[in-house]
Amino acid sequence: MINLKDLMPLIEATNHTPALDPAEVDIKGGYVCDMLSDVMGSAKTGQAWITIMRHLNVIAVASMTGIPTVIFAKGITPDANVIDKATEESIVLLSSPFETFKLAGIVYKALSS
Amino acid sequence: MNEFWHIEPRFEAAVKGYFAQPPQAEVELEFPVPEKDFNTAGNGASETKNLLKRLGVDSDTLRRIAVAAYEAEINVAAHSKGGIMKCLIYDDLIHIRFQDEGPGIADIDQAMIPGYSTADELVREMGFGAGLGLPNIKKNSDALHILSSANNPTTVELLIFF
Ligand SMILES: Nc1ncnc2c1ncn2[C@@H]1O[C@H](COP(=O)(O)OP(=O)(O)OP(=O)(O)O)[C@@H](O)[C@H]1O
Ligand SMILES: [Mg+2]
Repeated sequence: MINLKDLMPLIEATNHTPALDPAEVDIKGGYVCDMLSDVMGSAKTGQAWITIMRHLNVIAVASMTGIPTVIFAKGITPDANVIDKATEESIVLLSSPFETFKLAGIVYKALSS
Repeated sequence: MNEFWHIEPRFEAAVKGYFAQPPQAEVELEFPVPEKDFNTAGNGASETKNLLKRLGVDSDTLRRIAVAAYEAEINVAAHSKGGIMKCLIYDDLIHIRFQDEGPGIADIDQAMIPGYSTADELVREMGFGAGLGLPNIKKNSDALHILSSANNPTTVELLIFF
């Protein structure tokens, strides 16, 4: 488990949901996928979700699945309506400049140490 | 019409008893699910989850209900001409029924196979179309009943016990 605040500098994260405090989020694992039904079928509550999808549906999927943070790879930035919905649902939205593979590797390493 | 049933063995008697004579629901909710509207789809799952949370349903059960309902709503929006979601809530279970306006599923057993999808380009762009929605609904429900055939409406109904 790692606190999201401690993970953020490792992935050079930008927080798009400043109304939410990353220090209140503990990450229990990670899941990487861009197909939403696969995430709902296999991701577990408390995991960070790494994706390049940035539609509003991503927030709905995270909310239904119990995912506390979505990390967008490649510096992908969500639109304002997505940020508003995430804030309402208490889902922290981060962007990392890294590609998915590298990003997942850093998160994996941080979780294993 | 073709029919598909999946019932968790330990709920067999309860499910059959329920459908033999559905009692009066404590609460009834209804949500429209318009065609290709991926923002409205999800409202039903979300509002139902919030209500059940207030009623004290445990978080694991809430998650199963939310995922199954959201997948079924998305299917109505993605694959049909639109329809409605109806929730019947009781002390010990929820019955959710999705009724759409067609065009129906020709082969339900094939549609249930993980990875089988006829999703169009727009649906795939939204991140759907992995062919995992129906398997997810089955996995998260205590009972799943699908009634459909080509050029007909589809009914998907599920029961989840609290
Ligand atoms: N309400 C419906 N009306 C008509 N066809 C449907 C309906 N629901 C499902 N189907 C058919 O069953 C197939 C499988 O559905 P399923 O939910 O498993 O996958 P998907 O919706 O294609 O992708 P995913 O759910 O992974 O995003 C669909 O591609 C579609 O052909
Ligand atoms: Mg689906």
